[in-house]
Amino acid sequence: MTLKMQQSYHHSVAVKVNEQQVGTKRGYTFIQANRTWLPKVLLLWVMAMALLSLTIYNGMDADNRVRRKEVLGSMCDQRARILQDQFSVSVNHVHALAILVSTFHYYKSPSAIDQETFAEYTARTAFERPLLSGVAYARRVIDSERQEFERQHGWTIKTMEREPSAIRDEYAPVIFSQETVSYIESLDMMSGEEDRENILRARATGKAVLTRPFRLLGSHHLGVVLTFPVYKSKLPPSPTAAQRIEATAGYLGGAFDIESLVENLLGQLAGNQAILVNVYDITNSSDLLIMYGHQNLDGDLSLLHESKLDFGDPFRKHLMICRYHEKAPASWAALTTAFLFFVIGLLVGYILYGAAIHIVRVEDGFHEMQELKFRAEAADVTKSQFLATVSHEIRTPMNGILGMLALLLDTDLSSTQRDYAQTAQVCGKALIALINEVLDREKIEAGKLELEAVPFDIRSILDDVLSLFSEKSRNKGIELAVFVSDKVPEIVVGDPGRFRQIITNLVGNSVKFTDRGHIFIKVHLYENAKAMTDTKVNTCLNGGSNESVLTSGSQKFKTLSGCETADDQNSWDVFRHFSDEDFRSDASINVTTNNEASEDVGLMVCVEDTGIGIPLKAQGRVFMPFVQADSSTSRHYGGTGIGLSISKCLVELMGGQIDFISRPDVGSTFSFTAVFGTCKKNVFNNMEKRNAEALPSGFRGLKALVVDGNPVRATVTRYHLKRLGILAEVVSSLKLAAGSCGKNGSLTSGGKIQPDIILVEKDSWISGEDSVSSVWQLDLKQNGHTFKLPKMILLATNITDSEFDKAKGAGFSDTVIMKPLRARMVAACLQQVLSMGKKRSQGKGMPNGSSFLQSLLCGKRILVVDDNRVNRRVAAGALKKFGADVECAESGKAALKLLQLPHIYDACFMDIQMPEMDGYVFKSCFMILDFNCSVIYWLYFLDR
Amino acid sequence: MDLLSQLRGQIADFSAFLHREGFVDDQFTQLQKLRDESSPGFVVEVVSLFFEDCEKLVNNMAKALEQQIVDFKQVDSHVHQLKGSSSSIGAARIHNVCIAFKTCCEDQNRDGCVRCLQQVNHECIQLKNNLQTLFKLEQQIIAAGGSIPAMQ
Repeated sequence: MTLKMQQSYHHSVAVKVNEQQVGTKRGYTFIQANRTWLPKVLLLWVMAMALLSLTIYNGMDADNRVRRKEVLGSMCDQRARILQDQFSVSVNHVHALAILVSTFHYYKSPSAIDQETFAEYTARTAFERPLLSGVAYARRVIDSERQEFERQHGWTIKTMEREPSAIRDEYAPVIFSQETVSYIESLDMMSGEEDRENILRARATGKAVLTRPFRLLGSHHLGVVLTFPVYKSKLPPSPTAAQRIEATAGYLGGAFDIESLVENLLGQLAGNQAILVNVYDITNSSDLLIMYGHQNLDGDLSLLHESKLDFGDPFRKHLMICRYHEKAPASWAALTTAFLFFVIGLLVGYILYGAAIHIVRVEDGFHEMQELKFRAEAADVTKSQFLATVSHEIRTPMNGILGMLALLLDTDLSSTQRDYAQTAQVCGKALIALINEVLDREKIEAGKLELEAVPFDIRSILDDVLSLFSEKSRNKGIELAVFVSDKVPEIVVGDPGRFRQIITNLVGNSVKFTDRGHIFIKVHLYENAKAMTDTKVNTCLNGGSNESVLTSGSQKFKTLSGCETADDQNSWDVFRHFSDEDFRSDASINVTTNNEASEDVGLMVCVEDTGIGIPLKAQGRVFMPFVQADSSTSRHYGGTGIGLSISKCLVELMGGQIDFISRPDVGSTFSFTAVFGTCKKNVFNNMEKRNAEALPSGFRGLKALVVDGNPVRATVTRYHLKRLGILAEVVSSLKLAAGSCGKNGSLTSGGKIQPDIILVEKDSWISGEDSVSSVWQLDLKQNGHTFKLPKMILLATNITDSEFDKAKGAGFSDTVIMKPLRARMVAACLQQVLSMGKKRSQGKGMPNGSSFLQSLLCGKRILVVDDNRVNRRVAAGALKKFGADVECAESGKAALKLLQLPHIYDACFMDIQMPEMDGYVFKSCFMILDFNCSVIYWLYFLDR
Repeated sequence: MDLLSQLRGQIADFSAFLHREGFVDDQFTQLQKLRDESSPGFVVEVVSLFFEDCEKLVNNMAKALEQQIVDFKQVDSHVHQLKGSSSSIGAARIHNVCIAFKTCCEDQNRDGCVRCLQQVNHECIQLKNNLQTLFKLEQQIIAAGGSIPAMQ
């Protein structure tokens, strides 16, 4: 035992450890597992958001810049175009002026132009040349002509520095000039480097040419000089450069004061303040010459736009560069958008982080709870184990105590001592019963209880239960009866021990709580019971209910004892349905049993009592363990309140349900369903054989008359007689019985039954007048002269001595059968009655000359235990010879099962040497179970 | 009547023979006494049960003894069963052989066991034949309308 305990302890510990491991390992989510990474992930998220918002800002800003650049480009291009247009207009006009000079100065002789005319004309056409500060005409003078020229004009040719010019190959003194530039008259244009270069190029190409920008004389503004050649004779088409030089007569020049001009021009345009414009001469690409704008660059240097300018001189190239005056303003929209995006991202990140943290916390809590739960469960298991172990351990010494008490009681004791010892024994037994119940419950709770599946006879089990309580019920004066529907198969497969336990518990409760009336056990097929209840309900709804009838002033119910019961639906109406059907359809029963040969059968068992009932407020907790209806109940009636909860567990294990209907002071009806298997045909036959052995078959074909005013009670009586094979007829009173018998007597073979036995209920007998019965007796005697007289039997729950004497006097000399009725007991009584009258004709009788032996063991139930079936059979034969009822078991285990309390055996014979469990072990096991059964060792063929 | 008395004489002789030769002993007579009207086939039933068992046990033992490593414990338990049932029905010879058999088992003597098994088998067949003859005689008596005489 200790070893076992240790093992179980280890086991439980191992289980606990396992559970914990499992608990820590499983159930961790991803978040939980990576909890340390959470802050880092948050940081990463924030950074990612910042990066993302930056990207968004850049994207939006780039758009802005592109737009700005486009605006700048278009503005710049516009300016360049206007400037160019204006420029070319001026150039064209200068060209026209050149042609004018050549036409009127050289082709006309004398010249039509002099200084005055020229100045006048140019002044009046100045509006045509807005870009030119002034124009002048310089004549080509070759050195040889200088004297002549100077003399003609009256002044000497001067250089730009206003000094008389040194001698050169040729000169280009200004002879006509616009008033605005009159200061350059007589100046040799070829003395200025830019001008000279210009003149040379102009006369070679014949086109307008420009100088590079330089500071103009007089204004000191930056400017360029435009020069046109004037030819004195008409040139041949496509002339060569030499021809052009030869034909050159002079040069017309104009000074563009670009700085002021551009200033004026730009002033007319919108957006002047926004952009800065620079104009460059880029003829020499390595050295940009600024024509307009500040040399030192300021403003927004990051964005430039260049526009080409074509002033009509292919040699000179010009460029306009524009840029914004101020740097691009910061884009508020982009900035706000990016910032908001960042803020939102930050918030989302924080929310996610918070959620994750919350999840982690909740999961931590969950795991903690789980661990606590495991611990609590483990504690519960340990508690149960402890309880079971302790209970088990208590049982062993208790058995010792009980055994010793039993031995003590066998010794010579004074009455006081005996009383004490008996009290101790009773208490001990109660304790053992309690412990057994606790163990049972633990076993069921632990799921360790397994139901057997062996074929058994429900009816005999019920009879056994009845016999257990027969004495108690008789003492209390309660009717105790059982009725099993014929539809219920003879043999069902299930756990007879557990079935008996449930029934015993329910009936035990009923007996405990009932002081008057009856306790009635009914077994039906579940389907039938349901159908019948339904029809009953229907009839009730139709208004056809007649649950009680008034007889002789007091209310009488159609139940077993006439007392009211809690469950109206189980009343006579329904019951009659069953019984009628049962008795009507004998043939169909076999059919149904055959059909359902291998199927399950659902049984409905009702235990109806007329006890104190269960208080309404306590009805809800009836099936809870250790709870009784009322705390005062245990004081009054004792008990632990565990029985019903065990019953409930057992019923559920059997695949059924237990329920009850109870009315205080009226009674309770407990009903449960259970599913049993049905037997295969061959097993069925075997069992039938055994059953036939158990119930004597000698009464088959006998006829009986049951006299009973109460139909329910009569049906029960009829049921028991039917099991013995006796055909029974019911009449409700003695008078009717006498009438029917009388008729029978005269008609002899009128098809009606001629009863061999008449069973009279005590109530009917007492309520019927004595005189009637004696009349009836007389009647019978007169009429029945050719027949055997029917045997008169009185059925009584309890009977006083005086009543008994009276009954004897009234003709019930044969016997009185005390209730509760049981088939076997009825059989025994009938046997006694019948064998007194007539010669024994059945096998159960006594053999010749061995009446002593026959009586020796008559009615005793003996269990023979041996693993050797030959031995078993011989022993059984020998014991049967002495009139005993013998049952066999082939192993110690089977025997123990049969001997489980409450058992029915008077003695047990057993082989001392068996496999698995020999006689000695058996005895020790058996001692634990019970002391009342005297164990006789079967030393039959023991080796000597 | 003549036939009946003749048969009775035969059966008495045969019974005496069985007792004398030691096939059966007093126990068998006791067994026959247990037969009454309620169970006329009692003796036949028990005897046939015995032979069924006997056959099964002999087969089992033969199988066990054929094994490389003989489980003498098992054989012993079989012999024990056979011994019990043989003494139950009063088959004296088989009972005696069983005692010897058991000793062999305890000594773990394989050859002895095999020999004993053969003996048991032999005795069983003999007893079966004899008892069949006896039952046939009894049936003839019943058929002739008589009752089986009580054994002395």
